[in-house]
Amino acid sequence: MESPMAVSPSGIELSPNASDAVVVRDLTKRFGDFTAVDHISFEVRTGEIFGFLGPNGSGKTTTIRMLLGLLRPTEGEARVLGIDITREPQAIAARVGYMSQKFSLYPDLTVDENLTFYGRAYGLRGKVLARRKDEVLETIGLARQRTRVTANLAGGWQQRLALGAAILHRPELLFLDEPTAGVDPVSRRNFWRLLYDLAARNTTIFVTTHYMDEAEQCHRLAFIHRGKIIAMGPPGQIKRDRMTGQVVEILCDRPDVAIQALREAGVPEVALYGQRIHAAGPGLEARLSALESLLKQAGAGPRTLRIIPPSLEDVFIANVKTSVQ
Amino acid sequence: MAAIVTDHLHRKFRKTVAVRDLSFAIEQGEVFGLIGPDGAGKTTTLRMLAGVLKPTSGRADVLGEDVVGNPEALRGKIGYMPQHFSLYGDLSVLENLTFFAEIYRVPSQERKERIARLLRFAQLEAFADRPAGKLSGGMKKKLGLACALIHSPQLLLLDEPTNGVDPVSRREFWDILADLHLQGVTILITTPYMDEAERCNRVGLMFRGDMIQQGEPEALRRLAPGEMLVLYTPALAQAEAVLPEFPDYIEHQVYGDRIHIFVSDADAARPRLQTFLAQRHIPIQSLYQDEPRLEEAFIYLIRQARLA
Repeated sequence: MESPMAVSPSGIELSPNASDAVVVRDLTKRFGDFTAVDHISFEVRTGEIFGFLGPNGSGKTTTIRMLLGLLRPTEGEARVLGIDITREPQAIAARVGYMSQKFSLYPDLTVDENLTFYGRAYGLRGKVLARRKDEVLETIGLARQRTRVTANLAGGWQQRLALGAAILHRPELLFLDEPTAGVDPVSRRNFWRLLYDLAARNTTIFVTTHYMDEAEQCHRLAFIHRGKIIAMGPPGQIKRDRMTGQVVEILCDRPDVAIQALREAGVPEVALYGQRIHAAGPGLEARLSALESLLKQAGAGPRTLRIIPPSLEDVFIANVKTSVQ
Repeated sequence: MAAIVTDHLHRKFRKTVAVRDLSFAIEQGEVFGLIGPDGAGKTTTLRMLAGVLKPTSGRADVLGEDVVGNPEALRGKIGYMPQHFSLYGDLSVLENLTFFAEIYRVPSQERKERIARLLRFAQLEAFADRPAGKLSGGMKKKLGLACALIHSPQLLLLDEPTNGVDPVSRREFWDILADLHLQGVTILITTPYMDEAERCNRVGLMFRGDMIQQGEPEALRRLAPGEMLVLYTPALAQAEAVLPEFPDYIEHQVYGDRIHIFVSDADAARPRLQTFLAQRHIPIQSLYQDEPRLEEAFIYLIRQARLA
C-alpha cells in the first residue's frame, strides 16, 4: 500500500490519516464551458457511511464517475483506497463495488444466475464463487429466492440483489448512486439496515440519496450544489450549525390568506402541510409577534405560531437557496 | 360533496387481487395521499379512478360520474399524471402544452392565455422553447403537471409525481400543489415519501390491496404504539437482541444508526432502560424521548397487517 499524499498542489496539507478510504483535493471537472465539479475537497473515513446530497445536476454522479476511475478530472486529485485516480484508474474497479440508479440485473436470469454472472465478471470461479454467492445471499436475505427469475421479484428484492452483485468480490468501498429511488419505506428501511451491517464489518459506503430520512442515517454528509460543497459534517451538527434562520409552524383559519400575506411580507419559504403552514427564514423568531399581527390584519385568523426544529430538508433547502444568492 | 366515492371497488389480475373491496371517499378540495409498500394497490386504484382500467367489480363515482359507465365524460374533468407520464422529448415545452391543449380540445381563443398562465405557474417561462427531453428531472415533472392541468380539471390524480426528484424540486412541486389546493382543486396523490404524506389533509395507508387506515396525518401518527425513546449505541445488534426482555417494551424499530423503542410511559421507562442496558454492558451514546413520526406509525401498522 502506498502512503497517502503528503501535500496537494494547492498546498493544503492532506489528511495524515492513512485509514481514509477516499481523499479528494480540489477535484474539478469541466465539460467545455460548464464546470460540473468545482474544486471539491473531502475525505471519507474507513467504515463510514458518507452521504453525498445535492439537487439533480449538482455534480454528484460526475464525482462518482471520477472516483470510479471512469472519468478523468480536469484538475485536482483524489485517492480511492490509496489508488491515485488519475495515474491508475484501471486499478480501482476491482477493489470497489458500484450500484447505480438503474441497477443492471438481467431480468430473465434467476437470482443465482445473476450472481454467477457478476461473480465471473469479477474473476471468481468454482468453489470460491459458490461460497461467496452463499454468503451474499445470506447477507441480503434472498437465500430462499435463489432460483426465482429476477423479473418476478418485488422492487425491494431486486434492489437488494443488485447490492449483492456489487459486494460479491468483497469490496472495501461501495459507491451507491441513489440506490433506493422509487422503493417503498419498508424496503428502504431494510436496505439501510443492510448498509449498516456492511459498515460494521468495515466496508466504507459512499451513497447519494434524495431521501432526507436516509441522509439522517449517514455518519457524515456533504451537500453539493452547482459543483461546490456548501456544507459538510454529521447530520446533527449540520442541523444545529447550518440553518440560516428558523421555522415557524402556523395554525390558522385561512391558510390561503396567510400564505399570500407571508409571501407578500417577504418570508422566503412558505409551505403548506395539510392545514398547517411552515414558514422559514432568517430572523423569524424575533418577528413572531409581528407575524401574528400581520396575519390578524390580513384576516387569516391565526391561532398558534410556534418555532419548531428545522428538518434536515429545511436546512438543505435553506443552504441551497443561500448559495444561489 | 364528495369528489370521489368508491363502493367495494375490486380488481383482480388473473388470480392476484390488486385492490380488494375498497370503499372510501374523498371530499371536494381535499389533498388525499395514498401511501403503502410496492404492490399495495395504489397505482391500480388510481388507474381505475382515472377510467383507464376497468374494475373487476364494485363501483366508483368520480365528480359525480360513474367511471365504468361513463369514462368519457370524466376525462374532460380530471387531470391524470401516470407514473411514466410521456412528454414528447423532441417537442419544446410550449409545443408539448399546445399538443395537450389540442387533445383536450381547449378552445383556441383561451389557449394562449392558459398556456402562459401554466408556464408562469410551473416556473417554466424561461424554458418555453427548450425541448422537453433536455429538461432536468424536476422540470419534466412540473411540465407533466402543467400538461395535466391544461383543461383546468377539478380533480388531479397524481401517481408518484415526485419519484426520483431532488428535495429542492420536490418542494417547488408541492408549493404548486398547495396553490392548486387553495384554489379548490381536489388532489389524490401517491407517494413513497413520508414527509410528503405530512403535507396532505388526509392519508390512506394501503397494504395488499386493502386500505388499512385512513385519517389526518396527525391522527395516523398517534397510532404508533405508545411513546418513543430513541437509543444511539455502537452495540446496535446486542441492544436489539436484549430489548424484548425489557419489562416496559412494546416494540422497536431499527434505523441504521439508532433504535426507536416504544414503551407505554417514556419518562418512567428511560431511567429503567438505562440501568437495564448498563447491566448488560451495552454502552449508551444517547437515550431520549422523541415524537413518533408518520413513518414509525406506518412501519408499525404494516407489521401489524402482516401478522394479521
